[in-house]
Parts: sequence; C-alpha cells; structure tokens
Amino acid sequence: MTRFDLAIIGAGPAGMSAAVTARDAGLSVIVVDEQPAPGGQIWRAVGRNAGARSGNLAFLGEDYAKGAELAAQFEASGAQFWPSASVWHADSPDEGDKTVTVAWDGATRQFRAGALLIATGAMERPVPVPGWTLPGVMTVGAAQTLLKSSGLHPEPPLLLAGSGPLLLLFAAQCIAAGIEIAALLETTPPGAYMRGLPHLPVALLGWRTLLKGHRLKRQLAASGIPVYRAVTDLVADGTEQLERVRFRSAGMPVELEAAHLLLHEGVVPNPQLTRLLRCDHHWDAAQRCFRPDLSDRGETSVDNVFVAGDGGGIGGAMAAVHSGRIAAFEIAERFGSVNRPSGDVEIVKARDALRAELAVRPLLDAMFPPPDWIARLDGDVTVCRCEEVSAAAVRKAAALGAPGPNQAKAFLRAGMGPCQGRMCGLTITEILADAHGEHPERIGYYRIRPPIKPVTLGELAALDGSD
Amino acid sequence: MLRRLPEQKGRRVRFLFEGEQVHALEGDSVAAALLAAGAGATRTTPKSGSPRAPYCMMGVCFECLVEIDGVPNRQACLIEVRDGMRVRRQRGAPGLPGEAEDDPV
Repeated sequence: MTRFDLAIIGAGPAGMSAAVTARDAGLSVIVVDEQPAPGGQIWRAVGRNAGARSGNLAFLGEDYAKGAELAAQFEASGAQFWPSASVWHADSPDEGDKTVTVAWDGATRQFRAGALLIATGAMERPVPVPGWTLPGVMTVGAAQTLLKSSGLHPEPPLLLAGSGPLLLLFAAQCIAAGIEIAALLETTPPGAYMRGLPHLPVALLGWRTLLKGHRLKRQLAASGIPVYRAVTDLVADGTEQLERVRFRSAGMPVELEAAHLLLHEGVVPNPQLTRLLRCDHHWDAAQRCFRPDLSDRGETSVDNVFVAGDGGGIGGAMAAVHSGRIAAFEIAERFGSVNRPSGDVEIVKARDALRAELAVRPLLDAMFPPPDWIARLDGDVTVCRCEEVSAAAVRKAAALGAPGPNQAKAFLRAGMGPCQGRMCGLTITEILADAHGEHPERIGYYRIRPPIKPVTLGELAALDGSD
Repeated sequence: MLRRLPEQKGRRVRFLFEGEQVHALEGDSVAAALLAAGAGATRTTPKSGSPRAPYCMMGVCFECLVEIDGVPNRQACLIEVRDGMRVRRQRGAPGLPGEAEDDPV
C-alpha cells in the first residue's frame, strides 16, 4: 500500500492551500476529491471559467476569479491528485498510519498516510419545508453550482427563499448574468441591522466582507426584484413538479406561481468524515450545528487527524485558505520537514489573517440567525427525504422513548437511506432536543459507519491490495 | 427545466436518457445535463414512489441517483456526461445490474 506523509480529503480552498504549503515543506501529499477538477464548491469549475468560458467571470465576480490562482498553484505543487474519487472509509488506528479507502476509476484503492487532513467543507443546511422534495425545488447552492459548472439557470418563474450571504450573492450573480428572478422571499427575522450592531466594531476588521455585503444589498435594491420580508410558513406545492409557493410575509398570506424554488438557510459543516473517525464534536449555538473540537492548529481529538476550512466551523473561503496553511505547517513540523522558526512565523501570519477573516462571523450570525423553527417542526412535513419520515413520526418515536438519533433510526429507518443522514441528521437532533427538552449536545448525532458512499460490488471486488 | 446562458463554449456530447437521444455540453454532470434536458423527476422513491430530482448538486443529498450504463445508484451530480452514455431513471429500489427486462446489457 502506498504511503504518504499527508492525505488531504477535499480540493477546495482549505485542501488546496494545505497541499501547496505541505509540498513546499517537502512532504509527500495526496489529495482526493469527488469533483473532476479542483476548486471545491466555492470555486467550482474555476479552471474552465478562467479559461474557455472566461466571459462568465463578469457575473461570477472577482472573489470567484481569485480561486484560479490557488488552483494553478495546487496543480503545480506536485501533490498527487485523484479527482472524481470518493472516500468511503477512513480508519485511524490508535498508533501508526491512517488508512484511506477510495472508490476511484471503477476500482477500490487504499493508501496509508501519517496525517489526515479533512477539508470536506460545508453543505447547505437542509430546509425541511412542506413540498421541499418536489422536482423544481433545490438549494441556492445547487443552482449556483449549475451556473458555475455549466452556465445553466432555472427558467422563470424563479423564486429564491431563505436568508444569508450566499442567497444575496447568488441573487446578485443572477442580476449580473441577466437571469430573471420573480421574487426574493427573505426569511431573515426583522431587525437584522439592530442585531448586528453590537458586533460591528469587531467586524470592521473584516471590512472587505462588509463592503461586499453592502454592495450586494445595493445591487438587489436597484434591480427592482420584488422582495417579501419576514417570510414564514413557506410551502412548496405541486403534484409531480413544483407549481406554486405559499408563505406569509409579515403575517400576510401570499401565493406565487413558480417553476423553481431555491432554498437557503446558511451552511453547516459536512460531518460525515469527522463522525466516521469518531472525532469529538460540540454544539455551536450561534450556528445551530455540530462542529468538531479542534486545537488552535486544527487537530481533532484523534491524533494526527486535522480539519481545515468550513468542515471545522463556517468561516468562508479565505478563512479556509488560512486554516489549511496553519494545519499544513503543524503537520510538516511533526513529520520533520519544516524549519521551526520560519514555520512559526508563517503560522502567526496565517493566524492573524484567519482572525481578520473570522471577525465578521459574529455579525453575520447575529444578522442572519439560523432558523429556530426547525426544532419546532411537527406534522407530516418530510424530514428524512430518503426514507420519507415525517416530523410527527420523529416526535412519536421520542414519546415512545427514543433518546437520540440512533434510536430514532432504529424505530423509523430515518438516516438509513442512501444519504446516510446527511439530509436529516441535524433536523432530527433539533426535533429530539425540543421533544425531550434537552440540549442538542446531549441528544447527539447519528453514528456514522462505512461505507460513507455507495460502493458497487465491482469496485469492492477490484480492491487492489498491492497498490 | 434549466436554460443555458449564451457563449458557453465546449464540445457537444450526445447520450441516451430513457432510450432517447439528449444533447449536453462537455463538462456537464449527468445531473446538470438531465435538468437542462427537462427530464423532470430523475428517480422515484422506494417507499412511496414520489418523484425526485437533483436537490444539492454536490453529492450529499443522493436525490439524483440514476442508472448509468446498467449500474444503478450512481450519483448523477458527481459524474461527467460522456458520449454514448445510457442513463435511466431509477424507479423505486434499484435492482441488480442487468435485471431490468428492457435493459440491453
């Protein structure tokens, strides 16, 4: 089995910057990513858009274009890169190397690594509203991915619903690209600026982000797109396909025709790999999600398993770049290939840059608080999309004595479908916490087991032990 | 259904969806190509048979599961479309490869 000093899962901002840093320090590095090209979700298809489709940069914006430089550095770094490869198992024995198992190119391959860096980023928080399983409903991030990677956009009438910076950014990208938005449904509770105000002095360190946010708001206001504020009770309706959307705006009922509804309520760490590796996690009340416990160098509770980027807590692309560097310096020092004083200077620089990037987060969390209605869900709204389990069923399981998600899973099959709880895990923790009157941390999360991605028998049979 | 912005350069790719020829652009994921082709529901659920389509486009929701070249349970959003690919809706629980009676494999 091939051995590397460092294995990085994910080639987004954190993974790419860690790979570049670790290669500079002389480590042998492998990077695995599910996508066909580096960039992660934020810089998805950045190579193509900086190259043959450079016209798209006009509406994707300069922060997106920035990704091309790091992607080029990464590709020149000499790190071994496996694109279109899915990690379905990672093992961390008490002593010695980590083992990573990957489905790649129709076969299963394994390699060993001294350190493992999980840079699998964030996913959008699932938004379990009635009708969210209908074709025509998808996430804002999904639509943005389609725009970045294929130049595709939803046909009208298109509605955007939710809260947070990504929603505003995508709306601005649509406006710049000439994509028609019928209406924006803001679920942000009223008083965002008042809530944000106490955090403003600290947030000024991240003035670039603030300025960008202000510009996005202005573009949106100038566009004339109807904005419904204080939106609650959102329902997507249709039989085979989305046909209309109903909601209340400041208490008043509204119904709009829609071919597409894009949902967004912020992003949360993708927990699959850190849970699989049994890293300790804690509940982040401000972002209403679990995040792995990390040292100031990004190490988890499991020796030599690190997390960089949004997978460790939401900080955005540039924060991910810095945290990737910090983790890579620490790993390089452990594996004996970085000069300590120069490494320390670099870590201090990266930490200062990271602090500046994170300064704006408390303000954003206060302005765009994660939805609290998910904890109160009841009735026949689907929470587990795969096994079609309703909120009422989860409450019934709680009443029957299910203390946590793993028992609810045994009662209901929630979390046992192909997504393995990615789409229902957080919701079920929140509902059970509400039903039992317990803190989400005590309720806990699904126990994640391999394979964390579907593997074909052929891929298993082709396991090449000699590789 | 999705529409393509003008000036998206790339080679045209042809593949089969439910036996019908569909056009896509090189670099499209299968999921993107199906949404652009107006495929509507790309699978139905094993439990109630309710229609589903790609939801997250980043490999976490598994709503875009389809059968590609006779292999079920493929995540259409993670696989790039290729000339001559044969894509089918996944109806309910997937069978074993080659099990469907109209499957040419």
